[in-house]
Amino acid sequence: MGKKHWYALLLIVSITGGIASCEKLMTKPPADDSVLDGPVEGLTPEQLTQFLKGDVAFNDEVFTSATGLGPLFVATSCGTCHARDGKGHPFTTLTRFGQTDSTGNKFLHAGGPQLQDRAIYTYQPEQIPAGATFSKFTPPANTGLGFLDNVTDASLMALADPEDVNGDGVSGRPNWIKIPDYLSERTNSIVNNGKYIGRFGKKAAAYDLFHQTVNAYNQDMGIASSYEAHDTYNGQEIDPEVSNQTVIDVVAYLKTLKAPIQRTSSDPAVVSGQKIFTSIGCGKCHTPELHTGYSSISALSDKTFFPYSDLLLHDMGPKLDDGYTEGSAHTNEWRTPPLWGLGLSRNSQGSNYFLMHDGRARSIEDAILLHGGEGQQSNNKFQQLSAPDKATLIKFLESL
Amino acid sequence: MKQAILLTLYCLLACSAFCQIDPDLLRRVPVKNDSFQLNMDAIYNRPFLQVGKLPVAVGGYVEGNYQYVSNNGVSEGHQFQMRRLTIFLSSSINKRIKFLTEIEFEDGTKEINIEFASVDIEFAPLLNLRGGIVMNPIGAFNQNHDGPKWEFVDRPISATQLLPATWSNVGFGLYGKKYTDNWVYAYEVYLTNGFDDRIIANPDNRTSLPASKENKDRFEESFNGSPLLTGKFAIRNRQIGELGLSYMGGVYNKFEEDGIVLDQKRRVDVLALDFNTSLPHTNTAINTEWAWIKVNIPDTYTQQFGRKQQGGFIDIVQPILKGKMFDWERATLNVAVRGEYADFNVGTFKQTGGNIYDHVYAIVPAISFRPTAQTVLRANYRYEWRRDVLGNPPTKTTGIQIGFSTYF
Ligand code: HEC
Ligand code: HEC
Repeated sequence: MGKKHWYALLLIVSITGGIASCEKLMTKPPADDSVLDGPVEGLTPEQLTQFLKGDVAFNDEVFTSATGLGPLFVATSCGTCHARDGKGHPFTTLTRFGQTDSTGNKFLHAGGPQLQDRAIYTYQPEQIPAGATFSKFTPPANTGLGFLDNVTDASLMALADPEDVNGDGVSGRPNWIKIPDYLSERTNSIVNNGKYIGRFGKKAAAYDLFHQTVNAYNQDMGIASSYEAHDTYNGQEIDPEVSNQTVIDVVAYLKTLKAPIQRTSSDPAVVSGQKIFTSIGCGKCHTPELHTGYSSISALSDKTFFPYSDLLLHDMGPKLDDGYTEGSAHTNEWRTPPLWGLGLSRNSQGSNYFLMHDGRARSIEDAILLHGGEGQQSNNKFQQLSAPDKATLIKFLESL
Repeated sequence: MKQAILLTLYCLLACSAFCQIDPDLLRRVPVKNDSFQLNMDAIYNRPFLQVGKLPVAVGGYVEGNYQYVSNNGVSEGHQFQMRRLTIFLSSSINKRIKFLTEIEFEDGTKEINIEFASVDIEFAPLLNLRGGIVMNPIGAFNQNHDGPKWEFVDRPISATQLLPATWSNVGFGLYGKKYTDNWVYAYEVYLTNGFDDRIIANPDNRTSLPASKENKDRFEESFNGSPLLTGKFAIRNRQIGELGLSYMGGVYNKFEEDGIVLDQKRRVDVLALDFNTSLPHTNTAINTEWAWIKVNIPDTYTQQFGRKQQGGFIDIVQPILKGKMFDWERATLNVAVRGEYADFNVGTFKQTGGNIYDHVYAIVPAISFRPTAQTVLRANYRYEWRRDVLGNPPTKTTGIQIGFSTYF
């Protein structure tokens, strides 16, 4: 056998050493601008620690019947619907029913507003009651929410033009909502007849991230908290199934998720695409730039950011009118969704696009062509664009 | 329970240290390596150590490793792991009555399991009774899982994440074996306690048979009073190799409590096929296993939990040097590769008709050095890609694992 085994040993050591030191054979972290998760820059170590705790509760904490799931529910964890903090899929789409105007939901006794269409075994899930109109909501991305949360009510009011005074065909108004007692008012909140400005959700019917999170635990997973201590199955008051601390950590996580980072922003096609975007009036609702007010989290305080949304409601025409609504929004009104992160949608939607509130648009172009009502004008202008100009515009949108 | 086990172990160790056994009295029971050995024989066919003519034999194995694994570029850094320490103890009560137990410590003392503790009574070669904690003979890995037998640091994904290796339960059953010149036939059939509804109610957020292992009560009471049937038929041709066909099935949900019917009976059914051989000229060893799982899940439960699962692995091990190395008389150097796949959710979404993903592929090249057949030093490179339920771009895991495993 001679020295063969020594050579063999040498070979093994060099191969394993080679692999270990060869970067190519180890996975590399994805570029920061290619993923939505991750904290905003400039957080303190305390804030980062809380971010990590919230991250675990949001993405890894899966509820089971033993930990309080349901008995009626839609999904088992926040992360199931908000995979990678990105947009969701028809599989994780929510259905809401029972309200047609600002007088409120007429089907609360029948399980409204949200349909819990799944149940742990031995229970039967809800069904949409006869006579109730409904709408389907595909989960939106969860990034940059802290920035949106910190825009002042006054800034939103400045963007609104409910009577279309400037006559551009685009109005925009806030959804005035009643807020539950457990919420604390944001500073300088604008109040109108005891109602507040909602800014999260497809109909802007959630006041802030706390409101959205408490509702999500309760309505989406059947998890009661001390804030919403009732069971969605029978409406009875029950013991909390999630701690206040966890809710607070999850809210902190949502607040400090970074904003999506634009890619290829200096590409000439992207630059001219942005010009087209503005010239055909997309920016009238998809406001490119917003500014935050004061925040106790300095990374979010007094910052300019680029969500491409005004957080206001717009009449989107009959095609998008499902006959269902929330708060004081009309059934044809939808909150302008932020377009940041649009180009990364497919990374969380199973390599497809499912755009607009219910995911019915299978491409960006489909989404634009569905714009009616206040959006009809810019839809028409889009259709009049030459094919290369359309492509340039879409290139810009994909860079977001 | 934990204390009792620790006490027994302490006695055994103390005894070997202080009892001043004359080393000449210690005898290694040789491992049979003939072409008549089947996977089902693996539990008794181990390098036991026997003291003189005492009817008791002890043995065990240990495995540990170093790893540096990164998951989409995020690594937990350098990890040293003591994966398991297993002790077996067997005794012959009579020529035809034996007892064997296998106790496993996993990840330090995080988990202590009695993997096996059974009495075997022979009536005829084709009729043996086995009762106690038995290893359900589903696939081959569950029966034949000792670390030192494998060239890979990780156990196969399909064996531990689809099938619940190591999966043992309390129960009893029959087994038997028949030889002809060129063939061995064997069967095993057991009734045991079985699964519980953790299969569909677990923090892994997917259908998981292994999740039922968390139910430690299963050694004491059945979750729903309905037994799990496990059966295997294996056949070996001396020239060709061994083929096993196994089935395991039972009810996993609590369909009735205090005489009140709560739900219909919901079954889990598993079919597995395994095959192993050694190619005559090259001595290449091939070992493969595939499993199909079907779970009756209520339509009203989320599709996050798969109604069907399948997957398997293939290991190919090629000795490249055999003989005297570093003064080890019968050392071997092998190169090996494992290919593996598991689909945790076979099906399509009701909403879109699109495929439900939730699957994983991995390929693991390896080099191993065996100074003796009972000891292995192994170096693996793992490349694994997983897709979530929706089929988003895969998460890639890569890593180096270097470890050892040896019988003692
Ligand atoms: C069943 C799927 C599902 C689950 C589970 C779920 N969400 Fe959502 N989420 C949605 C949908 C759909 C919307 C849009 C809802 C709306 O318009 O009112 C949404 C909206 C949100 C928003 C508002 C985002 C925006 O831009 O307006 C936040 C924040 C949020 N979810 C956080 C959470 C948290 C925190 C959890 C876990 C406690 C959670 N979600 C669980 C589906 C889900
Ligand atoms: C009148 C206000 C308004 C104008 C003008 C407008 N949009 Fe929209 N846009 C909306 C609203 C509101 C939605 C959400 C509708 C829904 O969810 O059904 C939307 C949705 C979208 C979406 C889908 C986003 C998603 O996350 O699903 C895209 C893409 C989009 N708009 C692009 C454009 C482009 C490009 C233009 C210019 C041609 C434009 N919009 C003009 C209000 C507007």
